[in-house]
Amino acid sequence: MAIFLNEGSRVVVQGMTGSEGTKHTRRMLAAGTTVVGGVNARKAGQSVDFDGRSLPVFGDVAEAMAKTGADVSVLFVPPRFAKDAVVEAVDAGIGMAVVITEGIPVHDTAAFWAHAVRSGRTRIVGPNCPGVISPGKANAGIIPADITKPGGIGLVSKSGTLTYQLMHELRDFGFSTCVGIGGDPIVGTTHIDALAAFEEDPETELIVMIGEIGGDAEERAAEFVRDNVSKPVIGYVAGFTAPEGKTMGHAGAIVSGSSGTAAAKKEALEAAGIRVGRTPGEAAALARAVLEA
Amino acid sequence: MDLYEHEARDLFAAHGVPVSAGLVARTPEEAHDAAARIGGAVVVKAQVKTGGRGKAGGVRFAPTPDDAAIAAAAILGLDIKGHTVHKVLVTAASKIAQEYYFSFLLDRANRTFLAMASVEGGVEIEEIAVSKPSALAKVPVDALAGVDLAKAREIAVAAGLPPEVAPVVVALWEVFVAEDASLVEVNPLARTESGEILALDGKVALDDNAAYRHPGHAVFADEHAGDPLERAALDRGLNYVKLNGEIGVIGNGAGLVMSTLDVVAQASAELGGYRPANFLDIGGGASAKVMADGLEIVLGDPGVRSVFVNVFGGITACDAVADGIVQALGILGDRAHKPIVVRLDGNNVEAGRRILHTADHPLITLADTMDGAAHQAAALAAQGV
Repeated sequence: MAIFLNEGSRVVVQGMTGSEGTKHTRRMLAAGTTVVGGVNARKAGQSVDFDGRSLPVFGDVAEAMAKTGADVSVLFVPPRFAKDAVVEAVDAGIGMAVVITEGIPVHDTAAFWAHAVRSGRTRIVGPNCPGVISPGKANAGIIPADITKPGGIGLVSKSGTLTYQLMHELRDFGFSTCVGIGGDPIVGTTHIDALAAFEEDPETELIVMIGEIGGDAEERAAEFVRDNVSKPVIGYVAGFTAPEGKTMGHAGAIVSGSSGTAAAKKEALEAAGIRVGRTPGEAAALARAVLEA
Repeated sequence: MDLYEHEARDLFAAHGVPVSAGLVARTPEEAHDAAARIGGAVVVKAQVKTGGRGKAGGVRFAPTPDDAAIAAAAILGLDIKGHTVHKVLVTAASKIAQEYYFSFLLDRANRTFLAMASVEGGVEIEEIAVSKPSALAKVPVDALAGVDLAKAREIAVAAGLPPEVAPVVVALWEVFVAEDASLVEVNPLARTESGEILALDGKVALDDNAAYRHPGHAVFADEHAGDPLERAALDRGLNYVKLNGEIGVIGNGAGLVMSTLDVVAQASAELGGYRPANFLDIGGGASAKVMADGLEIVLGDPGVRSVFVNVFGGITACDAVADGIVQALGILGDRAHKPIVVRLDGNNVEAGRRILHTADHPLITLADTMDGAAHQAAALAAQGV
């Protein structure tokens, strides 16, 4: 099973011919992902060689879908072209668009999100995210595939490197799916979307949820867990030491006045019965204790 | 990027939002001249990027140019919540009949925009939200549909504002969209005794991600804002935030670095009470050059007593990071003079550790875990050097 992405997923890469797109297409292929081609209007009809495998370049997402049956798009498109690229994917009716790009103006994200909501057909993941991986099945994004193996842990996180860290600490158990939802103020898929999917996924036995300062996504997710999730959930929140009013790396990671603090998030998670680690290592230990019990 | 009131005022004026006559002054003499040019009574207002300036004595009424000079002399140099006043805005005084609150902002939870408006203007919006939440109307704004006159009237009606604010609301939406703002706030939005609607104070936050399409915003770069080390880091393309501690932190990825600060703070609480000195995310690459730049910035902080380099090799391999650290120390030479605890994990970690072990640099201590490394960095800071 897994969520959002599985062995049957057919991935098209928007921006495959750029340096990041090429590098990560190669890695996605190496992880066993069925990558069916790339999209670049200026290079349509060409093909790109990946260690002996030739992938076609299509003029747009609709053509790629028609000719390959692609149902997932991964975007490595520069910020200034990202909005149009996502709208193109949505208009083509793709099932999921994973937006890796960092630095997209928030007005652009708000616009393509509103467009995707109207279309009702496309799940948006990101932007400013590491993507989605279902180990052993498929990898849509930049999460290193060799950290861990298939298993029973589902993970959802705002942060890329903390995702890798937790995957590494719990690598002996393995993961069903890891979803990097991204660190921007507006993201498509939320903690709640991933929690709901993990709850339904028979392969997932335990959920690790990683949050950070800014907004109230964690508080809302805590409420959702209390009311809707029967599986054990382990939490971790980063940014207790962050000063008010300073953006900490991610565009969305900012404490404004008294809102968006790590302490409030931890408290909300614990009030919903979620065990929260004080460090990534402690969160991993809590998960380990549940899985070994 | 947050703007000064006078900068927000300029953007308002450029998009047709009515504002009162105003001039910026950096000395009492300039304030005198500004008041004389504006004519009549003026208000002299401290320009600082923080709230509560009224209570701090940063806003004064001045009936004459001489009074304006006296007011400016009193305000310039004031410390308001850690912000020194370097300039004042001199504006024509208005006869106010009613004060409203109005803002457009990002609604993160609903992934759209929000208009907030209230007839209880002039006080901090956080106070209104707590003391009289029913007086604060919150109206979602669709990112694609935007705000036209009809929508503006809907917002005004919801908040109990008079319909004549609607054209001003449309102009404020224009500021919000055209300037790529994440916040446009007017408090107070005033109705004068003569029935005019005026934006008497403004707060605008611009989206840094959109800077590429607003070359004109470069003038807002603030020579007084931020720490000199933060500016130096920005010049080198580093994501650095200065904190007031003693343990320097360098890592890759925003989440991991935030987490590292927390782990350091926890470890230090047991060992001397030192605090993290900074946030520094060197991103995925972690080349020798980036590592050297990062170390130089972190060690440029005289308060730093030890440094914790925390890297998870995801896409980047740990051996490349280890090479980067060794080369960076070679580049820095005597400028590197504090103990550095390095924790590497992930891709090619064994090779990375071997490189650091072989280099056997006197400043470097290798640690196996993040928590253990934080304790070592805290202990080294407590020992002093």
